[in-house]
Amino acid sequence: MTFLRQRLLFPALNHATLLLFLGVLAVFGALSPKFFTAANLTNLLVQSSSTAIAGIGMTFVLLTAGVDLSVGAIMFVAAAVAGKLAQGGAPLPVTLAAILAVGLLYGAFNALLITRLRILAFVATLGTLYIGRGLGLWITQTRPMDLPDGFLALGAARWLGVPLPLWILASVLAAAHVTLTRTPFGRRIYAVGNHLEAAKKAGLNTRRLLASVYVLSGLCAAIGGILSLAQLGAVSPTFGANREFSAIAAAVLGGTSLFGGRGAVFPGTLLGALLIQSVENGLVILNADPYLYPLVTSAIIFAAVLADATRNAWLERLGRRRIYHEHG
Amino acid sequence: MQNSHPSRTTNHEPRTTHHDQLSFHAITKSFFGVKVLKDVTFSVGAGRVVGLVGENGAGKSTLMNLLGGNLRPDAGAMRFNGSDYAPRDPRDARSAGIGFVHQELNLFPNLSIAENLFLDGFPTRGPFIRRGRLRDLAAALLNRAGLDLPPETRVERLSSGERQLVEIARALSFDARLLILDEPTTSLSARECERLFALVGQLRAEGRSLIYISHALGDVLRLCDDVVVLRDGEVVGQRPAGEWDPGRMVSLMVGRELKRLFPERAPPAQRGGPSSEQGGPERGTPLLEVRGVAQPGVVRDISFTLHRSEILGVSGLMGAGRTELARILFGLDPCERGRITLAGEPVAGTPRRRIRSGLALLTESRRDDGLCLEASLADNLALVTLARYARTPLRLLHLGGLRDALAKIREAVRLQPRLASAQPVKTLSGGNQQKVVLAKWLLAEPRVLILDEPTRGIDVGAKFEIYQLIHDLADRGAGVLVISSELEELTGLCDRILVMSHGRITDDLSRAEFDRERILNAALPG
Repeated sequence: MTFLRQRLLFPALNHATLLLFLGVLAVFGALSPKFFTAANLTNLLVQSSSTAIAGIGMTFVLLTAGVDLSVGAIMFVAAAVAGKLAQGGAPLPVTLAAILAVGLLYGAFNALLITRLRILAFVATLGTLYIGRGLGLWITQTRPMDLPDGFLALGAARWLGVPLPLWILASVLAAAHVTLTRTPFGRRIYAVGNHLEAAKKAGLNTRRLLASVYVLSGLCAAIGGILSLAQLGAVSPTFGANREFSAIAAAVLGGTSLFGGRGAVFPGTLLGALLIQSVENGLVILNADPYLYPLVTSAIIFAAVLADATRNAWLERLGRRRIYHEHG
Repeated sequence: MQNSHPSRTTNHEPRTTHHDQLSFHAITKSFFGVKVLKDVTFSVGAGRVVGLVGENGAGKSTLMNLLGGNLRPDAGAMRFNGSDYAPRDPRDARSAGIGFVHQELNLFPNLSIAENLFLDGFPTRGPFIRRGRLRDLAAALLNRAGLDLPPETRVERLSSGERQLVEIARALSFDARLLILDEPTTSLSARECERLFALVGQLRAEGRSLIYISHALGDVLRLCDDVVVLRDGEVVGQRPAGEWDPGRMVSLMVGRELKRLFPERAPPAQRGGPSSEQGGPERGTPLLEVRGVAQPGVVRDISFTLHRSEILGVSGLMGAGRTELARILFGLDPCERGRITLAGEPVAGTPRRRIRSGLALLTESRRDDGLCLEASLADNLALVTLARYARTPLRLLHLGGLRDALAKIREAVRLQPRLASAQPVKTLSGGNQQKVVLAKWLLAEPRVLILDEPTRGIDVGAKFEIYQLIHDLADRGAGVLVISSELEELTGLCDRILVMSHGRITDDLSRAEFDRERILNAALPG
C-alpha cells in the first residue's frame, strides 16, 4: 500500500492535470477523426489563448494568496471603451492602447482598494466586478456594438504561418514565466504568498508587491479581452461575463494554490487553459448537447481540484510538527 | 574588570568590559500595567557568548523583542557597537547588524535555500537574477554555516536542524555582529546539536557576539562565556559561566516566594467522591486511563490514569508535546498506538463523539480556537450544548429552557450581569472570555475536562475564580487535566503532576513530593 502510494498514486496526483489533459485528448481523438487535425488543434490553441492570458494574470494574484474577481468586468469595460472609440472613428492602434490603459487603470484601482484601504481582495474585486459590469452597460447603452473589421483581421492574421493570437500568447507566457522564475520580483511574490508576516520581517516591500499583481492581472485581462474581441468582432452586453472563473479554473487546474505561494504559469496555467478549451472544442466536434458543456467542464475541474486536495492532505500529514527524533 | 561587591550574586550594576558589543541600561517594560521587565541591565562583550536563562514568562522573549525592534521599552536604553540603539522595526535591527535565529523559523519553505538567503538583496544583472552568482554566494554562506546541501534545494525538504543552520547563514549574509539564538536546540537531533555548537564556537572565534537562550542548562554552561539569569523580569544573577553549576541556576530561576494565589484545596480525604474513604487520589476510582499512547515523532509511551475528583497537572517546556497529547486525547490528532478508556469504555473517533462520552478540551488559545469572536456571549456559551435544547419533532430550540440554563451558568462562573448576552465576545476582557470558554464546557457537564493553559494572559483575580471553578468541578467528581507552563499554577492547583519532555512522561509527583527543582530537572532535555 505504501509502495503503491509513493510510487504511483502520489506522482499521479502531482500531475493530475497533465493526465486529465492527455485523457481528454485520447477520448476525443478516439471518438472523432476530426479532432486531431492540424486545423482543429491550431483552432484549439487560438481559442484558449484569451483564457490562458487572463489565467496568467490571475496566477500572479493567486500566488500572493489573493484573488481578482473583476477580470471579466475589466474585459467588458475595456471593450466598451474600445467600441465607443471605434464608433468615433479612432484608428485601431489608439483603440488597442485604450483597452490596455483601461486594464492597467482598473488593476491599479483594485490595488488601491486592497493595499491602501485594506479591503479584502475577495470583497474589493467583487465590488469592482459589479462596478465594471454597470459601467460597461452604461457606456454601451446595453446595445451590442460592432467593432471595425480591423479587429477580426487581427484574429485571422498570421506571421511566419502562425496565427497572431498565438504569438501574443507565447510572448505573454514567456514574459510571465521569466518574471516569476528569474527576477527578484517574481521570487518575492512566492515569499509574500507563503507567509506575509515573514516577508515583512525579511524587509520586503510587501505593499508594493501586492499592488503590482493586481495591476498585472488587469493588464492581462485587457490583453485577453482583445484576443476575444478579435474572435467575436463585436461587444455584446454579456461580453466577458464569468471570465474570471475560467481564469481561476485555468490557474488552479495548473496547480496554483488558492492559499498562495505555490504554482506556475508554465506549464501550469497554460495546461489548465488548454484542458478547459479542449473539452469544449471536443464536445463541439462531437455535436454534443450544448447544455452538457458546463457539466463536463465542471466535472473535469472537480477531478483536478480533488486530486490537489488529496495531495495537500498527504503533504500536511507528512509535514506535521515533530517533538522528538528517533535517534535523538 | 572590577567588581566592588564580590559577595553579591544579584548585581544590578552594569558589568562593563572595554569592548561591549551590546548593553542594556535599566530597561523597563510593562504590558497593561504589569511590569514584565524591571530595570534590566547587562551587557554582551565583543566576541563573547552570553547565555540567557529563566523560566517561561521570565521576560526573555520581551527583552529580545525590544532588541529586534518589535517592541519599544518604556524606560531605559540600549547601546550597540558603541552608539545608541533604538530600533523601530526589524529592518533597523538588521541594518544595525543584529541577526535573529527564531524559535519559530521565518523561512519560506516554497523557495530554495539560496532564495531564502538573498530574498531582500538578490544579485542581479538588469532585471534578472544572476543565478550562477546567487548559487556561488549561497554556497559560500552554507559552507561557513556547515551545511552541506545544494543551494537550490527547497527549504521544505530540510529538517528542522538544517533550517536552523539556514537561518544562521541568513544572519551571516548581512555580516551580523550579534546573533540571537532563541531555543535553537528544541527541535534538533543530537547530531544536529553538535553541528550547531561547533558553529557557535566558530562564530565567536570570528569575533561575533552571541546571545544564547535555552532551557538546556548543560548546553548553556558548555557554550557560554557568561550566564545571565532572569526571573520575573529582573536580572537575578550574572557571572562568568565557570562560576555556575546547573543546580545554582535552577534555584535562582525558580527562587521566588509563593504568594497565596490559590483557593484552599481540601486534602483528598475530606473531599467528596468515592476516593474519600481511601484517603488518596491514587486509590480513587480510575476515570480516564491512557495506556501506551504513541504517535511517531510527536509523543511516545504515554501511560497515566486520571481519577475521579483528581486535578492532574502536566508540566513541561514549550514543545515537550503537552498540547499535542491533549489534542490526541480529544481526537483532534491521530495516534498510532495505545488505548484510551473513560470509565472503562474505550474512547475513540471524532471530538464530537468524545464530547458525547464526556470529554472536554479548553484549548491553548481562546482567540484562535476557543471562541467564535464575532458571535455573542450567549451563542458562545451554548455552542456545545445547543442540541440539548432542540425539541422534537422539528428540532426547534426551546429558547426559554436555553435562556434559563445560560443564566444559571453565567451565575455559576460569576460573569458580571452587566455584560449583555448579545454582546460579541471579542469585546470582553481576557478573563471574561476565558470564563465564557470554561462555562461553555461546564454546561456540558464533562466527566473529564482537559485545560490547556487555562489562565494564560488573564489577571490575578480572574485566575483565582477560574481555579475555584476547577476545584468545584473536581469536587463534583470530574477528573481535570491541567496543562500549564506556570509551575506555580500547577503546584498550587493540582493533586498530582506529570512532567513531560521530548514527547514522553519523565516524572510523576504526588502533592507531597511537589518540588520545583525536581520538576524543572525532569522537564529539561536529556
